[in-house]
Amino acid sequence: MNINFTLIAQAIAFAVLIWFTVKFVWPPLLNAIEVRQKEIADGLAAASEGKNSLAVAAKQSEVTLNEAKHKASEIISQAEKRGSQIVEDAKGAAKAEGDRIIAGAKAEIDQEVNRAKEGLRAQVSALAIAGAEKILRKEIDAKAHSEMLSKLAAEL
Amino acid sequence: MATEHAEQALTPSSYITHHLSFNAKPIGDGSFWVLNYDSFIMSVLLGVLVMGLIWWVARSATSSVPTKGQAFVELIFGFVDEQVKNIFHGNRHSFIAPTALTVFLWVLAMNAMDFLPVDVMHHFVYAPLGLEHWRSVPTSDINTTFALALAVWFLMIYFSIKVKGLGGWIHELFCAPFGAPNFAIPKNLGGVIGLLLSPLLFVANFAFNLIEYISKPLSHSLRLFGNMYAGEVIFLLIGLWAATGVTGTIFGAILGAGWSIFHILIVALQAFIFMMLTVVYLAMAHESH
Repeated sequence: MNINFTLIAQAIAFAVLIWFTVKFVWPPLLNAIEVRQKEIADGLAAASEGKNSLAVAAKQSEVTLNEAKHKASEIISQAEKRGSQIVEDAKGAAKAEGDRIIAGAKAEIDQEVNRAKEGLRAQVSALAIAGAEKILRKEIDAKAHSEMLSKLAAEL
Repeated sequence: MATEHAEQALTPSSYITHHLSFNAKPIGDGSFWVLNYDSFIMSVLLGVLVMGLIWWVARSATSSVPTKGQAFVELIFGFVDEQVKNIFHGNRHSFIAPTALTVFLWVLAMNAMDFLPVDVMHHFVYAPLGLEHWRSVPTSDINTTFALALAVWFLMIYFSIKVKGLGGWIHELFCAPFGAPNFAIPKNLGGVIGLLLSPLLFVANFAFNLIEYISKPLSHSLRLFGNMYAGEVIFLLIGLWAATGVTGTIFGAILGAGWSIFHILIVALQAFIFMMLTVVYLAMAHESH
């Protein structure tokens, strides 16, 4: 248990070890740990940033989706309106065409009736003449009539 | 277990004396010029081994995913760094934190030599190497612990002077912790007596600081030395019991195992305390009063 030169030898060994650690052991470890800490901090910051941008994108997409829905319903209502209008137009056109056809048919019928009437009229007059001829033939008196005729001829 | 010394009439005192003798060789004239080769060689070997291992990991340290070895070293690094950070509020990375790491690991390794079974090591390792006296635990040598404490003591004074200047340090020696006397012109008799007695304040301050400067290295070194020396002696006493016969061997083995397990705590705790005191003393040296 005597204090001897070992004291000095150990103190020198201690000093050398401290120098070694200060110079060669501590700095690389500190550097590695600090760089990793910074990387982790950056990573966490990037993650939270990503989270934020994700939330922004979600909001944006919701807005866009709503807009699209709105537009789609607008287009559908417009299309419905247009469709009913087309149907309406088609109905009107069909009615007009029908009316036109009906009017044409009526006019033709009238014409036909008139033509038939005309024909009938002509035939009626021929019948009347034939009937009159038959009546006349039965009631004709050749002498009296020839006298009348000769008187007429005399007056000329 | 102690039968290897049977040829020299084995008595408890010769057994203990044998195991507590240093491999001391004179390197000059006088009782001071003696080197305990066992303490010196064991401590240097352990220092090179431990700090070399850490250095080996540190020099290929990567900031990306660490290997298991690096993770382990970083665990120790973080532990030491955290302790230093809580005590010392300057630039700890330039000196104090690496010093704390050195002290902790080196003392821990030297303390841990206590786990080597004394007789087994003697019989199978040291005796075949021709080393009749060889103590495995450098920290159970007062020279080792005192060398460490004294080195810290000099560092303490160095940092005190570096931070406060030589004048500041001397001022603190005489004017702290009780404060400097007030040399105002006295107004009454009490004031005159006060002025005459005021130099006593310097004396009180200096005496207090002197006691502090003496007690710091003593308590620092003797605490570690005492714990490790006592641990070694208890192992030797257990070994003595083991030498008495079969019953003694069985109980000695059980007790030896129990003491070893408890000693793990002491070994780690004393290394930790030694490191903490080193950091506290060096941190105190940086503070101005």
